[in-house]
Amino acid sequence: MTKVTIEVNGKKFSKDVADHTILSVFLRDNLNLTGTHVGCDTSQCGACVVHVDGKSIKSCSTLAADVNGSKVITIEGLVKEGKMHPMQEAFKKMHGLQCGFCTPGMVMSAIDLLKNKKNPTDTEIREWLEGNICRCTGYQNIVAAVKEAASKM
Amino acid sequence: MASLVGSRVERKEDKRLLTGKGRYTADINIANQTYAAFVRSPHARAKIKKVDISKALKASGVVEILTGEEIATDKIGGLIAGWAIRSEDGSEMKVPANPPLAKDSANFVGEPIAVVFAESLDEAKDAADLVNVDYKVLKGVINTADAMKGEAIHDGIDKNLCYDWLLGDRKAVDEAFAKADKIIKVDLINNRCVPNAMEPRACVVDYNTASEEITLYTTSQNPHLSRLIMSAFGGVAPENKLRVVAPDVGGGFGSKINVYNEEIVCSWASKKMERPIKWVAERTESFLTDTHGRDHVTHAELAVTNDGKFLGFKNETIANLGAYARVFGTVTPTYLFGPCATGVYIIPAAYTNVKAVYTNTAPVDAYRGAGRPEATYTIERLVEKAAMELGIDRTEIRMRNFPTEFPFKQTLVHTVDSGDYVAGLEKAKQMADYDNFEARRKKSEANGKLRGIGVSSYFEACGIAPSAVVMSLGCGVGLWESSEVRFNPTGQVSVFTGAHSHGQGHDTTFAQIAADELGVGLDVVDVVHGDTDKGTFGMGTYGSRSLAVGGIAIVNACKKIVAKGKRVAAKMLEVSEDEIEFKDGEFVVTKSNKKKTIGEVAFACYLPGSRDSDFKSPLPEGEEPGLIETSFFDPANFSFPAGSHIAEVEIDPETGEVKVEKYTAVDDFGRIVNPLVVEGQVHGGIAQGIGQALHENTEYDETGQLITASYMDYTMPRADNFPEFNLGFTCTHATSNPLGVKGCGEAGAIASPPTIMNAVIDALGGQEITMPATAEKVWKACKALKKPNSKAA
Repeated sequence: MTKVTIEVNGKKFSKDVADHTILSVFLRDNLNLTGTHVGCDTSQCGACVVHVDGKSIKSCSTLAADVNGSKVITIEGLVKEGKMHPMQEAFKKMHGLQCGFCTPGMVMSAIDLLKNKKNPTDTEIREWLEGNICRCTGYQNIVAAVKEAASKM
Repeated sequence: MASLVGSRVERKEDKRLLTGKGRYTADINIANQTYAAFVRSPHARAKIKKVDISKALKASGVVEILTGEEIATDKIGGLIAGWAIRSEDGSEMKVPANPPLAKDSANFVGEPIAVVFAESLDEAKDAADLVNVDYKVLKGVINTADAMKGEAIHDGIDKNLCYDWLLGDRKAVDEAFAKADKIIKVDLINNRCVPNAMEPRACVVDYNTASEEITLYTTSQNPHLSRLIMSAFGGVAPENKLRVVAPDVGGGFGSKINVYNEEIVCSWASKKMERPIKWVAERTESFLTDTHGRDHVTHAELAVTNDGKFLGFKNETIANLGAYARVFGTVTPTYLFGPCATGVYIIPAAYTNVKAVYTNTAPVDAYRGAGRPEATYTIERLVEKAAMELGIDRTEIRMRNFPTEFPFKQTLVHTVDSGDYVAGLEKAKQMADYDNFEARRKKSEANGKLRGIGVSSYFEACGIAPSAVVMSLGCGVGLWESSEVRFNPTGQVSVFTGAHSHGQGHDTTFAQIAADELGVGLDVVDVVHGDTDKGTFGMGTYGSRSLAVGGIAIVNACKKIVAKGKRVAAKMLEVSEDEIEFKDGEFVVTKSNKKKTIGEVAFACYLPGSRDSDFKSPLPEGEEPGLIETSFFDPANFSFPAGSHIAEVEIDPETGEVKVEKYTAVDDFGRIVNPLVVEGQVHGGIAQGIGQALHENTEYDETGQLITASYMDYTMPRADNFPEFNLGFTCTHATSNPLGVKGCGEAGAIASPPTIMNAVIDALGGQEITMPATAEKVWKACKALKKPNSKAA
């Protein structure tokens, strides 16, 4: 067992977990933050993307113990005072989601892109999101949502 | 009041899904739950000699281990084929038993043999590794084309043949072919795809020992149908003791229609153990055991005249069912395929013959489009080849054979109520700048690239389906849909539907419909679905049926609400019913302009009086209190969306990479309820079709191992594989339903594979290539070209 202490969405948590506990399991099972989804187990689909110390990572292939002492933001942590993040608003406005399963990872990934690039081109958005698979939208409205968010952020 | 139907309304469900508050099956936990891990066959075909669980039973945390023996002892039924298809000779189809846990033989890699329940997931998985199954490994039958030559994999099913089905008239076709100037021929493989909903299948089962009711939370497109099947055929529990809840479901695409082994086994075991159970598929389990799609081997011919008139059509197809026949497995390559085989054309004589075969691979069932993409791929490849061989422009040859009068009675089955195929193709040509393509081709050529253009015109029969028709064709149930509309005394409306949303946006579009019918705001309408304990029985969501069938049940239930409201308003306003008009949520006396809102009337409906009381009830005498109405809608016909798509691709002959440069889609979905949602459906469908055409392939090796069983191996299309799709719409209203709507969910996946492949083959100068046109295959094809873009036959 390992003691893992992480700040998640501004709150500090300390839990004893099995050494091999991965971050997505820790968030979902230990903290009941089920907004982070697991769509594969090979670090391919990106549904599990969260931010660790400001950077997007795939939580299904990160040990909880490895992020001990870090600050984690999940999809649940984006809402501030009841208001959705501009990226969430943009996904809603542009119909950037259908079944919603890949969406949390897609949103977290897209926010990280805009941190690094204020006004990305379509190609830059598509290439950045290469690690996030969506089966519903054909990606078109996701790209539109990221551009919409870029114009608002 | 502006109409909500037709407006780009943002979705009501999005806030929940965007903030991490969606509730998918894997998000559900029940106190004291056990975790299931399945022991699966590592062999494609094997006799099961012995299942030894003794070592596994002693492992840490193990609660119970169950095998095919216990399933058989408890008389738990197996998985079923939902449609009985007859062969051309009149004989019944051959269907093998498909027990939820295999007892005597395993017939595909991943088939469940036993299940371990433990206190933790890790313990369940560890113990599953200790279950020792003694197999006698047999040579499997894997390949679709050769399946009939292989050893029979199921006892008593000769040649592995489920049925040998015919639709059409062979003699008429022979006569038509005798008159032809030219016969166009194609040999095609419609590649097997894995649907790959992003949410892996899962189930959580909670057995209540007091009420003896099983609650099954599951990833289903049709919870009511699942309950019916599990109760009637599985014998898991009577329907009234089985509640099936499909909460938020992360995509389906057909793969979540079936009731699966795991759902039956866990429901049965939860009752047996009196413990809740949780099972969530890993992605590789999904690849191995979700129903797959397509997998046809086809030879087809089109008889034509020199001026491009179509005279006759024949299609000989072998369809792979996989190891077992499942719910839509047998109908997908027959009645969902054959009737659409002649496409959007007048072809006076036609037949389709399908031999459906069993193989030692995962079961094949409906996958977005189900039968119609395979049909469209065949006819549209033939038509494109005919244009090329006859030297007629590919759009011109289509126009020459389109029907221009509707209703259009097709040669085979359908009477298409409405459409305008000429307008669709004209618009697509204009949007795609078709007439200037050759200039773009030359420009690509100058850069050392091969550019091609491809067209496909499609129609499909969806909105399944008129019950009398489908039941006469072998369907085990009617395919109507239901709705209940509850107008609460304080003004909100709950709309219950038997359809199920797993991305389609019913919370929004169905609310738009009800809000318009009742003249209330969108914010007071809630759509409720996905729980057999809530609302009326319904058949679920597949075959682009939710709106064209389920939506109409909502309209009809709302009309009953208004009709009752009118009777009550008449009494309240002291006029006769026919003096009242209902408009924008108000019952208005046309002469005096006196009125009552529907909210006031709804409240009044809950205030019954009695003859002996002083209380003056607003309800007319004899009128029951309450304002709740139900409708079961059975459509009079299928709905027939249609359209034309045009793609342009550019091939780099040095790498073989195919880049989709432009994609134009013009579709006719009749009246559109929410353009935002419909466009999203089209985008997703096109992307899935392009995935099939260029990227996705399900590859079994010769021993039946699935070698594309993860996202490392199976090429899921990603954001950078696509251009921006250019969408346009034409509109002819469906005449078979009061909204004038047609299904839109599958069209993109139906039209796009031939559109893309026609473009690739055009770029390759007519050289045939099979799907998926991967870089490797295309590179090889480029090497075979004499010089770039030479017009090889």
